[in-house]
Amino acid sequence: MMKLFDQNRHIVQRLGFIAITLMALVTVLPIIGTVAFILVKGGSAISLEFLSGFPHDGMRAGGILPAIIGTLYLTLGTALFSVPLGIAAAIYLSEYARDNQLTRLIRLAIINLAGIPSVVYGLFGLGLFVLFLKFGTSILAASLTLSIMTLPVIISTSEEALRAVPQAFRTVSISLGATRWQTISRIILKEALPGILTGIILGLERAAGETAPILFTGAAFFLPQLPHSPFDATMALPYHLFVISTQVPEMPIQIQYGTALVLLVFVLTMNVIATVIRSRARAKRQW
Amino acid sequence: MVDKIIIENLSLQYSDGTESLRNVSMGIPQNAVTVLFGPAGGGKSTLLRCLNRLNDLTEIKASSGRILIDGENILDPKTDVIALRRRVGMVFARPVTLPMSIRENIIYGLELAGEKRKSKLDEAVERSLKLSAIWDEVKDRLDESAIELSGGQQQRVCLARVIALQPQVILLDEPTSGLDPISTGKVEAALFELKKEYTIILVPHSVQQAARTADHAAFFLTGELIEYGDGKSLFTNPKQKKTEDYVMGRFG
Repeated sequence: MMKLFDQNRHIVQRLGFIAITLMALVTVLPIIGTVAFILVKGGSAISLEFLSGFPHDGMRAGGILPAIIGTLYLTLGTALFSVPLGIAAAIYLSEYARDNQLTRLIRLAIINLAGIPSVVYGLFGLGLFVLFLKFGTSILAASLTLSIMTLPVIISTSEEALRAVPQAFRTVSISLGATRWQTISRIILKEALPGILTGIILGLERAAGETAPILFTGAAFFLPQLPHSPFDATMALPYHLFVISTQVPEMPIQIQYGTALVLLVFVLTMNVIATVIRSRARAKRQW
Repeated sequence: MVDKIIIENLSLQYSDGTESLRNVSMGIPQNAVTVLFGPAGGGKSTLLRCLNRLNDLTEIKASSGRILIDGENILDPKTDVIALRRRVGMVFARPVTLPMSIRENIIYGLELAGEKRKSKLDEAVERSLKLSAIWDEVKDRLDESAIELSGGQQQRVCLARVIALQPQVILLDEPTSGLDPISTGKVEAALFELKKEYTIILVPHSVQQAARTADHAAFFLTGELIEYGDGKSLFTNPKQKKTEDYVMGRFG
């Protein structure tokens, strides 16, 4: 009787193990599936002309260069605003802020900012940047809108990275006659940098792939030329994909998948860079 | 003997309500090792952290009293704490080398103080590492990461890092608590050399170490200074019952 029970227990354990492994595999499948699907369907569209040419024939032929350049501009523009502001906020929260009402309010705001639907950011950007500040539908307005959306990610990952640096480094540095800022700039930031960079890239990656926030603030349906200044509107990969998938009749399907593939590669490359930075830093870290 | 430091009626209460020092008054003589000992929670570390104002980083509810170093009250809000910390160096219980090379660790404080001349910096590195009895072990690997060193070696690098700033006072908070007996011996021997030039205040990690190293000894119990006197006589012939009980190992 005992023996039977023992055997049963092993079988149950084995079954449980198999079930968990299967579930883990199931979570991986959609990712691999999506990438493989897009790769197969869109791979044939990729050519030098596709990557470096303008769309023509009502976007049913030609390339997607303006959308690629536009997404690059928007990502860089977002970085320009959100990175300094995000790191500064993280340094304040981790190194300077005392635990009081104001700090709690700031944290609450950041958490809530992360939960706002992206289309709401789009409307907010339209109201504030496009209309009130009169930036018009422009790269500037879209970048600022994306920055607000990206900020919570950058702030919270950077703050976490700063807090992970051992407290003893701060105490020792101060005891050797360093000011708080010297301690931060010479030791803490350097040690937290890989974590901060990872957060920045993950935030920007999300910004690069978003459609809703740029929909009303900076994205153009079609432009015959590249933008010349931050006050010009621009085409962008995610919006272009939306347009050619829903707004253009008789659209060749491989251009749609080709565009999706380019966007996917753009975002995944950033992801890989973030992963490499993180694992390298982890191997090099001395504490 | 000149008193380098004079502590007058020092009391301190932390924000969490714990009282750490109660009306402590004592004079700390120059060029000697003064040992602060007693059971945990007695206020020894708190006193050390007052002497270089490291307690500024901690939430303090109330404090009163004065600490005079060379006649100047360092608890005065107008005190230049940066300059004070260069004058009063500190070695911690856990050896914490900064994540950089051995050389960079040593010159960290000097560079912050504005010293740029390479000859001066090199000189400081050699001098301080020699005084800390670690020069021979690291002289060929000054540019390697300090974190690769053993705990005992790291602690002597930490001591050298303090010495490099040429302070007047060196505070040591259980500097050998994590070290093996050989490393402990080396640190204690270094202290013996160092007291010729510096005023040393040591919180030892055992009564034995207190007895071995003390020129002067102060026994602390729950924030109060119970007995203070010459090292030799305090350990062999304590005047207070509490001191005697602790030294004899009857509690603590």
